[in-house]
Amino acid sequence: MSKRERQAIGQQILAAFRAAGAREVAPDILLEAETLLDLYGEDIRARAYVTQDPIRGEMMLRPDFTVPVVQMHMENGAEPARYCYLGEVFRKQDHGETRPQHPRDNEYLQAGFELFARDPEADAEVFALFHDILAPLRLQASMGDMDLLMDAVRALPLSGARRAALLHHIWRPRRFAKALARFAAPAEARSFPESAAPWTGLRSPAEMQARIDRLRADAAEPPLPPQWVERLERLFAIQAPAPQALRQLRDLAAQIPDIAEAVDRLERNLAALSARGIDVGAIHFDASHGRHTMEYYDGMTFSFAAAGRADWPPVASGGRYDALAAVLGQAQGRSIPAVGGIIRPGLVHELGGLA
Amino acid sequence: MIRLGIPSKGRLMEQTFDWFAARGVTLSRAGSDREYAGRVEGADNVALVLLSAGEIPRELMAGRIHLGVTGTDLIREKLAGWRSHVEELAPMGFGHADLILAVPACWSDCETLDDFATIARDFRAQHGFRLRIATKYHRLVRAWLSDHEVADYQLVDSQGATEGTVANLTAEAIADITSSGETLRANHLKIIGEEPILRSQATLLRSLAAGDEAELRDFAARLGL
Repeated sequence: MSKRERQAIGQQILAAFRAAGAREVAPDILLEAETLLDLYGEDIRARAYVTQDPIRGEMMLRPDFTVPVVQMHMENGAEPARYCYLGEVFRKQDHGETRPQHPRDNEYLQAGFELFARDPEADAEVFALFHDILAPLRLQASMGDMDLLMDAVRALPLSGARRAALLHHIWRPRRFAKALARFAAPAEARSFPESAAPWTGLRSPAEMQARIDRLRADAAEPPLPPQWVERLERLFAIQAPAPQALRQLRDLAAQIPDIAEAVDRLERNLAALSARGIDVGAIHFDASHGRHTMEYYDGMTFSFAAAGRADWPPVASGGRYDALAAVLGQAQGRSIPAVGGIIRPGLVHELGGLA
Repeated sequence: MIRLGIPSKGRLMEQTFDWFAARGVTLSRAGSDREYAGRVEGADNVALVLLSAGEIPRELMAGRIHLGVTGTDLIREKLAGWRSHVEELAPMGFGHADLILAVPACWSDCETLDDFATIARDFRAQHGFRLRIATKYHRLVRAWLSDHEVADYQLVDSQGATEGTVANLTAEAIADITSSGETLRANHLKIIGEEPILRSQATLLRSLAAGDEAELRDFAARLGL
C-alpha cells in the first residue's frame, strides 16, 4: 500500500477532527528522552528509538503524540482546547526468542485528537467523534473505566500503605493479584537480620528504616475479608454490552457504595452517547479494558477493533489521562482534565478506507 | 568447508579446545599465540576461525561461520529473536555463569524481587528519579523485569567494573554475570531472588543462515552429537 493513500486517509480524518473544532498542531519528531522515560519507565526504551545528540543529550523518535501535545498546551494553550495532528510515530519491536514472520511496521501514521476541558461531556464528545468517523468500517467498540476500578480499590478496608500498593499495581495484573492475595491472608511477621556489610549506595538507612517500620505495622493488619476480594474480582471481570454492564455495576454498587459516583458518571456518559445517536448496546463494556492499555489512562478508555483481526492492534484507541496532564503541567502550575485518542490511517486503508 | 568460530583467548578458548579434543578433534592456534589463525586435526573440511566471544553471535547470524562457541548470555542479549538465527547443538559444560540482580548487602529489607519492586517505588517517590540498575545486558534485564512486572527503575549502561557503580553512587543495583559471587561480596552486594535472570554456559551453536547442512551433519556425528 502506498504512503500517499495512507496520507490521504489521514487527511480525511484530520478534516473531520478540524470540523469538530480542533486546531491542527505539528509536534517535533525528535523528543527529549528524559520526559518520556520518566513518564513511561524503562519499557519505553524497548519500544522507542533512542538516539544521542551531543548537546541536547538523549533524544527519542516520537513514540506517540500525547506527551508533546500536552506539553505544548501547558506552555501556551487557552482553555478549553481541541487539537488534532497527523504524523508518523516510530516504534521498534524487540522480539523475544523468535523473529516474527510478519514484523509490524516500525513507522506508521497516527491521526489524533486531544481535548482539554472541564466539560463533563468531554468523554462522550471524544468517543462519539471517533465512533462517527469510523462508522463505515463497522468496528467493535470497547469501553472501560479506570476510575471505577480505582474507586473500588480505594474503598477497600485496608491501611493507606496497602491501598497505595494496590493502586500502584493496577496496570500490572499479576503483581496486583499477588498483593491482593497477600492482603487477604493473615500477615506474617518478618525479621530483618542486620547485615555486617558496610552501608553502600544512595538509598539511605533512614529510607530502609521507614520501609521496615511500614512492614512491621503491616504485620499487625487484619486480613482483607474474603467478600471484598470477591467483590473486587467481580467488578474487574464485568464484560457485557454497555447497558447490561451498567445494570451489573449498579448491583455491585450496593455492596461497594464508593463506586456509585463513577457508575453515575458512566450512566450519564452512556446517556450522552445515546443522545448523540450512538447505539450504546453495541458498545462492549470491559471493566478491565484500561488495565491492558497505556499506564497513563485514569478514566474512560476506549478502542475500536476490526473483527477477525486478532493479530492487529486496535484501529483506534484513546482515553482520559488527567493525571498525566497534571504531571506535565507541574512546571507551569497548570492542570486541566484531558481526553483524547488516535486512529491508525494505515489500518483504515487496509480495511478499504472510509468510503 | 565448515567454518568453526571459537573465542580467541583465555580459559574459554582452552576449555573449548579440551571439549573438542575429548571428541577426537584437535584444535590449535597456528604459529605464535598472538596469531589469530588456527589448525584443525581429526576432521576434514573444517576451518578454525578465532574471534572475540562477543562477535560470535553476529557472525553466526550473518552465516559467515557455520558453527560457533559462545555463552548463552551473549546469544540471547545480542540476537533479537535468536531462535530464528541459531540452533543450540550442545551445552558444553563449562563457562558457567549466572546473570543476576544484586543490591547492597546492607539492604536487610530486600530479599526477593517483590521487595525490590517496592523499594524501587519508594526510591522514586523519595528521590524524584527512578532507581538505577547498572548493566550491559540491557535487553535481557529489561525483558525479565517486564515479565515480572517491575516498573519503577531505569537501566544505566555499564560496560565494565559494574560492581563498583553502587559505591560510586551512579547506580543503586546491578545486573551482571557472576560465577563465584566473590566480586559481588567484595563490593558489599548481594544477589536477590531465588532464580537468576539467566543461567549461562558455553554452548556450541549452528548458524541457520550458513547452509552446508550435509557437511555439518557429518561433523556433528564425528563429535558424537
